[in-house]
Amino acid sequence: MIIDHPLLGPRDAAEFVILGDASLINRPDPEAADAEERFYEYVYLRDNPAGLHRELWYHEQGDRSWLVVTRNTLTHEIAKVELARGIAVNLASASKKKAGRKGGSA
Amino acid sequence: MRYSALSILSQALSGNTGWKPVWREPDPKEHYDVIVVGGGGHGLSTAYYLAKEFGVTKVAVVEKGWLGSGNIGRNTTIIRSNYLLPGNEPFYELSMKLWEGLEQDFNYNAMVSQRGIVNLFHSDSQRDAYARRGNAMVMAGADAELLDEDGVRRLCPFLDFDNARFPIRGGLVQKRGGTARHDAVAWGYARGADSRGVDIIQNCEVTGFDIKNGVCKGVVTSKGRIKADKVAVCVAGSSSRVMAAAGMRLPIESHVLQAFVSEGLKPVLPGVITFGAGHFYISQSDKGGLVFGGDIDGYNTYAQRGNLPVVEDVCEGGMAVMPMIGRARLLRMWGGVMDMSMDGSPFIDKTDINGLYFNGGWCYGGFKATPASGYCYAHLIARGEPHPVATEFRLDRFRRGHIIDEKGAGAQPNLH
Ligand SMILES: Cc1cc2nc3c(=O)[nH]c(=O)nc-3n(C[C@H](O)[C@H](O)[C@H](O)COP(=O)(O)OP(=O)(O)OC[C@H]3O[C@@H](n4cnc5c(N)ncnc54)[C@H](O)[C@@H]3O)c2cc1C
Repeated sequence: MIIDHPLLGPRDAAEFVILGDASLINRPDPEAADAEERFYEYVYLRDNPAGLHRELWYHEQGDRSWLVVTRNTLTHEIAKVELARGIAVNLASASKKKAGRKGGSA
Repeated sequence: MRYSALSILSQALSGNTGWKPVWREPDPKEHYDVIVVGGGGHGLSTAYYLAKEFGVTKVAVVEKGWLGSGNIGRNTTIIRSNYLLPGNEPFYELSMKLWEGLEQDFNYNAMVSQRGIVNLFHSDSQRDAYARRGNAMVMAGADAELLDEDGVRRLCPFLDFDNARFPIRGGLVQKRGGTARHDAVAWGYARGADSRGVDIIQNCEVTGFDIKNGVCKGVVTSKGRIKADKVAVCVAGSSSRVMAAAGMRLPIESHVLQAFVSEGLKPVLPGVITFGAGHFYISQSDKGGLVFGGDIDGYNTYAQRGNLPVVEDVCEGGMAVMPMIGRARLLRMWGGVMDMSMDGSPFIDKTDINGLYFNGGWCYGGFKATPASGYCYAHLIARGEPHPVATEFRLDRFRRGHIIDEKGAGAQPNLH
């Protein structure tokens, strides 16, 4: 497999290690009332789809960036490659906005 | 028809014209006591033991392809019971004992061959870990023997003992371990189940479940709806997909494992050999081919093929431990999709849906489990309680914090 790195261009997948489902970016809030249940689901349960799957790849033998790779698990075809950092930053600011609307603070 | 020396002789004298199909091809009935979803090794052995040991004979096995098209026909055929943890070892030892009597039990030649397995070690700490494992095995009634370097040299003189990076210091041997003919295991169980009245329905995919008010009353298939009091799923690499139809999320990811076979050679390997420093295992088939494999590819996939980096990695492992393998030509290779569970251990359990049972998460080690998996699953389905050696294989063990992490790799399915 060739992963088209957004900064470095096409790279052999062998340069990377995989962590798994990209939903792992969404770490549950440890202060939440149902944190125990949510962490159980977060750590252990997976959708494991046959088809498009978003997953975290780490460019260990390269620039050490984390990528979110959207890949078809039936064909190994890669549809999209993004920097995980951008996605995580967007997620964080989205959840901050949501918290702000509710009148809470971080 | 029972197979015997006499039946083979009389067939030989009549030109082999009297052999009959080994199982029927029935249409599905309207209702069964138990529907087993998945006609792989585990599904067929479950049906066989349900009928033979637990007296449940109104059983159907529903298989989306043909018998043996899944992992039962794709694995590298190694059987052993060299596990460590109390949740695992007695279960795999029960399986080993069932293997030892299997052919007499189902009157079929599964070519069970106890040619022995040796796990090599390369350092003092690895030796200590294997000594501990060997003791755990002996305590669970299995056999184990720790060999020093000379002992391994006598057994396998062709290994690379003086490898600068991974010198071989000895090995843990289980003499009762070995190999079995994978397809024949499926066929033997299918024949044994069929002759006791089990309907084996091929080319029939389960696409959904008939679930009302938390009770499962049957399955939806490509050949229509079939009702049942109990539905027992065991679909190996398809677990997540099939159980999603019942609204369940599982602690499982699907990964591919590749296998390789060389050209046929004269007998060179005494038994099964595993490399302790890398992931590489090898045996020789009765036809002479070297059968070997290594790591999973390590990312979610449902494609029944692997990728080249792992091919290279497996071959490097082979060259490191057994340089003579470099002279053999590779004949064929393939991949199979497996359920990698979050702690590397399997599930044999009821679900929260009444009447729906789940068997899966066998990772890449489920072939050796085929007899005990079927036996214990049948026990659970027929009696409503787990067999004593399978009490830990629960779906909720992660929530309770009782994981069975044989490899100590945590919740990382691609590391198990
Ligand atoms: C390359 C490779 C090497 C391996 N080597 C070893 C080894 O040396 N030793 C060992 O112990 N284990 C080994 N394993 C693991 C072992 O093969 C599996 O864990 C085990 O065979 C799985 O159980 P099974 O035989 O019932 O699965 P399968 O044979 O895969 O049975 C599952 C069946 O369910 C069917 N199915 C799926 N979805 C549906 C549906 N919706 N409706 C109806 N039917 C459905 C499938 O078609 C399939 O026939 C290996 C696996 C692979 C791939």
